[in-house]
This record gives sequence, structure tokens and C-alpha cells, in this order.
Amino acid sequence: MTNLKTISSDQIMDLLRTVMDPEIPVLSVVDMGVIREIEIADTIQVTITPTYSGCPAMNTIESDIKKCLSDNGFENVVIKTVLQPAWTTDWLTENGRAQLKAYGIAPPSGSTSKRALFLEDETVPCPKCNSKNTVLISEFGSTACKAHYKCKECLEPFDYFKCI
Amino acid sequence: MAAQKDIYTYVLRLADNCLILGQRLAEWCGHGPVLEQDIAMTNISLDLIGQARNYYQYAAELTDGKKSEDDVAFLRADREYCNLLLVEQPNQDFAHTIVRQYFFDVFHHHLLLELASSQDEQIASIAQKSIKEVSYHKRWSGQWVLRLGDGTEESHDKMQTALEHLWSYAFESITPDELDLGMSQNGIGADLESLGVKVKKEITTHLKDATLTLPENSWDRTGGKTGIHSEHLGYLLAEMQYLQRAFPGAEW
Repeated sequence: MTNLKTISSDQIMDLLRTVMDPEIPVLSVVDMGVIREIEIADTIQVTITPTYSGCPAMNTIESDIKKCLSDNGFENVVIKTVLQPAWTTDWLTENGRAQLKAYGIAPPSGSTSKRALFLEDETVPCPKCNSKNTVLISEFGSTACKAHYKCKECLEPFDYFKCI
Repeated sequence: MAAQKDIYTYVLRLADNCLILGQRLAEWCGHGPVLEQDIAMTNISLDLIGQARNYYQYAAELTDGKKSEDDVAFLRADREYCNLLLVEQPNQDFAHTIVRQYFFDVFHHHLLLELASSQDEQIASIAQKSIKEVSYHKRWSGQWVLRLGDGTEESHDKMQTALEHLWSYAFESITPDELDLGMSQNGIGADLESLGVKVKKEITTHLKDATLTLPENSWDRTGGKTGIHSEHLGYLLAEMQYLQRAFPGAEW
């Protein structure tokens, strides 16, 4: 049993970098910005927030976090889910954005969640050939967090991680 | 201070709109006109059911542990659901689905903008989260209204027919009753009077842009908020509640 007195929340955070989003297996829950807070007392309390209200991955993420910490000797883990502040793609780390692109998913363009509220048209470069000559196929892609685009240069269809 | 019972009912109204419309859109799963739009409708359904779940969890808390989230969502009779009549109307063709969705999305978007600053912390949190999703819904349905309304002769006619069928259901959302007024006064709910002006203006302008003709001599049907529903809700609930009724307490 690992001692709770000697472990820091940064070390727990490092362990959680191995927990991947079940839908996008190259992106860790830390890089996705889903982990909001880690508090260590008699238990380890991990505060998480859903990306989308109906995100079906949340239950899996919760049990994957518990499994990861249990595998490292921490059994007393409490997961707390909060809605506020609402998750935004601004919390995706630079590393996360690079991982997405390498995986073939265009990362959210720009920052600020105001974009989603006022819905300006977005220029989304192709993750394969970097061309900006792309076209929106559908606002909704293979998961709630993605839209569907096509590159007019290399003709690849690709997912875009919507900026919200 | 608002009575807990009133907040509970107000939260159920928000939740039921999302659940019932989410259930309707889910009926399109595997039947969409093209794959991308099938996926779009089920994505929107998923967002709405997720939002409903957040409200039901809160509603369950307000029953002081007497009811669970699932009890509240699935074990009520039709007269106890307080969704708008609009959202329970059947899918019919794609035009009807789009017009229904567009009417709801415009209202929902303006409503959430108001509720984001609700005095009730939980309602405000859910609204702030939902609004990001709903702006995408409105963009999707709004674009389809334009594309089909100002499209071919056939798509225009289908949209005009759908508009005429659904027009009398369009504005129950912005017709306040006693509970709406009370909730608006205590800062928990939205002021439907001022919101209604914006909603009506946005919808009528957009429909004209889509070359559709606004129906004349209409009246607004109401009743959904207080449990007086159209015949369609019962059938929807029979299917949606089947599992919970047939296997009480089922878990997986």
C-alpha cells in the first residue's frame, strides 16, 4: 500500500497521464483537461468534468481512473463530477493538440469559447497536408466533440475537434 | 425564497423538453436521409439526453432522497410530464423534424442565455454547459431551414407543409404561466416576455429568408407545461419506459 502522506497531487497527475480517453486513445484525460482537481487527505479525491453533457465516455473514464490508481496501490479513491466551470477546448494542452493532429484529428482552431457562442465560420487546416482549403461536411462527427470535414487538396475526410 | 416544490417542477420542465425531444430524435437512428444527418440527429439527441440527465439528477436531489434520477426520468405517467407540446410531435418527414428542431433550438438557445445567470446555482451551471452544445444545434437546424425552404420546389413545399402543421406549437415555449412568472420574479427562471420578443423576431426573419410564408390566423396551443398533452406522448412513453416498467430496478 502506497503511503498517502508521501504522495503529491502532481505525482497523482503524472499517473493519470496514462489514462486515455476511450474514444480518442492517443489523448490522455489530463491533456484533455477533464481532470480539474486532485485533493489528498484520507482519500484521494479526483474532480473531473464532462466534455459534453451527454458524453458516454464519462463512466469509462471514471472507472479507468480508479483502476489506474488502484494498480499503483491507491484504493481509497473518490471521483467527484462537477459541471462548473463548463469544460472548454481551451483546456486542451499543447501536447494534447499535437497528439490529436498526429492521430489525424484536426485540433480546435484558435481559443476562446466565445467562438462557439457566436458561431463564426472556422478555418480548419487539414491534419494530413495542412492545406486550409477544407470544407465542412457536417457539424456532427463520430463523437459529440467532433465535426466532419473534407480536405479539397488531398481529398482526405477528417474529424475536427470542435472549439467550444 | 422560492418553494422547493416550484423549483422541482421548473427543473422538470427543462428536463422533460430535453428528454422527450432527445427520444424523438433517437427514433431517427438508422433511418436518416443520409449517414451524416443520421449521425447529426443522434448526436443532438445525445446532447439533449445528457442535459436532461443533469437536470434529473438535480430534481432527484430536490426530492430529498425519495426518488432517484431514473425514477424521475422514467417512472411518471403522461400527465406528470411537463414538456412542451412541440417536442412530442412525431418525426413525420425530415422537413417536420427540422422545423420542430428549429423552433425548439431558437427558444432553447435564448432560454439558456438567460438561465446562465440564474440565481439557482445548479440551473446556472447546467445552462452554461448546455449553451455551447445548443449553439451548434441551432446552427444545424437553422441551416437546414434555409437550404430546404429556399431549395427545390419539392423541398420548399414540404417545408411549407411542415411549417403549417407545427406553427401552432411554436410559441407555447414563450407563453408564460403562473410558475414561469414566479420563477422569473425570483431570478431563478427566465423572463419569457422579453425572451419571447427575441425568439419570435429571430424565427420570423429566418423563415422569410428561407422564402417560407408565415401561416396566418393561428393560435398558440398550450397545455404541455401543465401535463395536458397531445395523444402522441403516450405512445412515446410506452416505448421509452418499457424496460423500466417490465424489469423494475433493472441495472447494467
